[in-house]
Amino acid sequence: MAKNDSLQGALDLLVLKILSRRPRLHGYALMTAIAETSDDVLRAEEGSLYPALHRMEEAGWIRAEWVKRETGRRTRIYEVTKAGKEQLAAEEVRWQTVTSAVNRVLRMA
Amino acid sequence: MSLLSRVANVFRGERLNRDIEEEYASHLEEAILAGRDPAEARKALGDTLRRRDESHDIRVVAWADAVRADFLFGWRQVKRNRVTSAAAIVSLALAIGACTSAFRLIDALLWRPLPVAHPERLYVLSRRGMGFDNKPGEWDSWAYPDFQLMRAAAKGEAELIAVSYADRSDITYRTDQEMEKAVVQYVSGWMFPTFGIKPAAGRLFTEKDDRTPGAAPYAVLSYDYWTRRFGRDPGVVGRTFQYGDGVYEIVGVSGKEFTGTEPGIVVDIFVPTMMHRGVARRDSTWMRTLAVVAPGVAIEPLRAKLAAINYAFERNRLSGETGLSQETLRNVLANQVRLEPAPTGASGMQKEYSRALAAIGLLVVMVLLIACVNVANLMTAQAATRAREMALRVSIGAGRMRLVRLVLAESALLAFFAALGGALFSWWSAPFVVNMINPPDNPARLILPADWRVLGFGMLLIACVVLLFGLVPALRASSVKPVSALRGDDCHARPGLMHGMIAAQVAFCFLVVFVAGLFVTTFERLSTKPTGFSAEGLLLLDTVAHRPQPAAYWDQVEDHLRAMPGVDRVSQAAWPLLGGDSWNDSISFNGGPPSVDLGYFLNVSPGFFETMRIPLLAGRDFRQSDGYPPAAIVNQTFAREFLKDNNPVGRSFDKASDDGSRERMQVVGVVADAYYSNIRTMLPVVFVPIHRPLSQTALRPMSEVTYIVRISSANPLSLASQLRQEVGRVRPELRVSNVQTQKELLDAQTIRERMLATLAMFFAVVAILLAGVGLYGVLFYSVVQRHREIGIRIALGARSGNVVRPIVSGISIALAFGTVTGLAFGVLSTRYIESLLYQVKASDPIQLAGPCLIIFLAAIFAAAPAVVRALYINPADLLRSE
Repeated sequence: MAKNDSLQGALDLLVLKILSRRPRLHGYALMTAIAETSDDVLRAEEGSLYPALHRMEEAGWIRAEWVKRETGRRTRIYEVTKAGKEQLAAEEVRWQTVTSAVNRVLRMA
Repeated sequence: MSLLSRVANVFRGERLNRDIEEEYASHLEEAILAGRDPAEARKALGDTLRRRDESHDIRVVAWADAVRADFLFGWRQVKRNRVTSAAAIVSLALAIGACTSAFRLIDALLWRPLPVAHPERLYVLSRRGMGFDNKPGEWDSWAYPDFQLMRAAAKGEAELIAVSYADRSDITYRTDQEMEKAVVQYVSGWMFPTFGIKPAAGRLFTEKDDRTPGAAPYAVLSYDYWTRRFGRDPGVVGRTFQYGDGVYEIVGVSGKEFTGTEPGIVVDIFVPTMMHRGVARRDSTWMRTLAVVAPGVAIEPLRAKLAAINYAFERNRLSGETGLSQETLRNVLANQVRLEPAPTGASGMQKEYSRALAAIGLLVVMVLLIACVNVANLMTAQAATRAREMALRVSIGAGRMRLVRLVLAESALLAFFAALGGALFSWWSAPFVVNMINPPDNPARLILPADWRVLGFGMLLIACVVLLFGLVPALRASSVKPVSALRGDDCHARPGLMHGMIAAQVAFCFLVVFVAGLFVTTFERLSTKPTGFSAEGLLLLDTVAHRPQPAAYWDQVEDHLRAMPGVDRVSQAAWPLLGGDSWNDSISFNGGPPSVDLGYFLNVSPGFFETMRIPLLAGRDFRQSDGYPPAAIVNQTFAREFLKDNNPVGRSFDKASDDGSRERMQVVGVVADAYYSNIRTMLPVVFVPIHRPLSQTALRPMSEVTYIVRISSANPLSLASQLRQEVGRVRPELRVSNVQTQKELLDAQTIRERMLATLAMFFAVVAILLAGVGLYGVLFYSVVQRHREIGIRIALGARSGNVVRPIVSGISIALAFGTVTGLAFGVLSTRYIESLLYQVKASDPIQLAGPCLIIFLAAIFAAAPAVVRALYINPADLLRSE
């Protein structure tokens, strides 16, 4: 649980980044993608992923679409919008600034 | 996209929830496919219901969603209490509709600015004081030469515009036999440019069209007339028509919005003032004077300047009128000139109906208040039965505001449906009332658009209504105390509040019934009072000739008409009694000074009194050999007031004209009193022969006469077209311009009173019904509420009186209090409606007792079911059900 907290605020960034590389993922795939690419270090809490996705959708950064799966069930897949890409760029810069600042503090102290 | 989709999502909440759930389901499926334990995956996902609400809230506008829920819930309540809701909606719809109608009428007649440039700078010029008839009054009619002087004096400060009284006249586009009616108005040539009105076709008048008398026989049609009569044919420009003595050429059509400056009348044809016959006459007042004041000009100095010009003009003019008494001269010269704002124009209908409409408006507002109180009472009773529900809501965390909103939403729904009904009612009723105003052959025409003014008023009204009837129950519902309510304590509506509302309702109801009673009595007194003649079976043919025709022609037509089957009697008169025309002059004796009071004259042919069935009291009727002057037949009032003699046959007096000329009259007969120009005042009348000798042998030719035809059949109008044709057949020079019955003229005398009586009566019935329903509801509710208590009392042996008393006593006090308050207001209010009443006083005991009795009966009727129910409560049933 503790490691999830480190994700607060970064969840949007991760989702946008993954979606910009691999478009048209559904929620579960996104979750596994976050876990795999971070070698299981980062895990999104499953329940909080969806409200976050919906919030980003309302903000216009991602858009969603229902697709039929071979199992017959519908699933909702997401992709990044143009606004989302801009947001990602901005977030990345901010993240870099923050982490390098944090790193500097850690080195100095 | 965001806000829009969130608002849209408000209205598809269920689908949204299903979508979110489906997404979670697909997540779990993926997890299970990936080989995770289903239970573990479900646990990892967490509380889906809470997540769902979280997601739901993200995807909708939260407050809109809450409002939607409130309305949905309100709608369920409305549907559940179907009968109460229907009653509330119908009574509110009636009240809202009536209010809106009253607003539309008052707005159209009195408040709506004319569609001209700068209506706020428009003023009307009038005079107030003692008239030539020695009676106080206010006049807005002016003589043209006076107007010209005032216009020249006001140059630079104000532009004065002359507008004649619009007149429904005969015009023809072809031959005399194809005459039609059109409303014609003489206007200053510069009126259109000053008002900034653009032509819809052709051109409008300019100052050039209005410089020389008779020089510009041009006409401008109104857009309305152009549409009705010509179907907006642009080819109408250049066509000619005959009107009066002249042939006029249509030069254009005025802009769509402008229908004249007289609310109540829509003008068909405008012609320049210079075409009016009286344009050079100093003694003929035939037009209003409007003033468009330049910006920044002070009104009082301008008024004083115009008053000085008018004073000089009148003094100059009246110095030549040696026939006037000194007192009349002094009085007339002392008249005050007034310059008053007239952004809505100036019309007779405004003067005649503003107070009547205000009275109706007040009645309507009271009916609205009664309806609101009713609905408030119903909802309070309902809210009380919902106290437990409200308590439950509060205890599981609903905010007070949310509860207020919940109840207000229900009120708003009721008001919304009531507004729909009200809009329909108003759409029908406003024109209906306008149609009541004038006689059928000359209907009043008010422009009643449904524009933003009406819409805005409607919205405001509904908002007020919702707050009026919804706020009290809403606040009550929200102030519920959950502990006591859930414990089952007495959570009923405080009776004091409901009784207060009942008292208010009764007070309003009393006022409406009382005022309605005054109006009905006024109408009854006026319409049943003897006129002095018999109007039944009389047909009046207003007959005209282009140029004066020999007297013998007119007599010849009379003889032919008399010979027609179905015709009893035929006579001629210059105009019919009660037609509104009058002719008056001073009276003097033996060369003495002219009288201050005036005598009224009417030319009639021999046999007139028999045709009208006015009894001859002394002397004889006119003979063919009588001429004017000197033969005269006077009525009783004239004999009493001027001759001071009950049998003045043989006496003589002088008719003294303003210019000093005198005509000697000799009384040959006396007739009973009959009303002359209106049925409110009996005037001293002198009847004179219709023929006037020009020389020893010849009679003066005439250009108009009214044939008064007494017809034996019940419906005089059945012979109208035959008689009309006969006139043209016997003498093609003569033409019937108007056919009406004497009964119509008589009815026209009481049009306003009839309208007031009918509308007030209608609202009185509605008020009684509403108040009765309200009373019934409150009593019934209080019996239901005390069901257990009453049952126990009966079981313990209480007598009927003891059972009924507690239920009825509170209400009785409310009734008495309401009646007394209503009575007080009723007596106070009559000050404002006195001018609308006739021979009836507010202090009349019968007028006061009537509404008391009606309310008492209504109360008994409304209370009976509840009392009966209380008495028949069976304690055994009660115990069994507990």
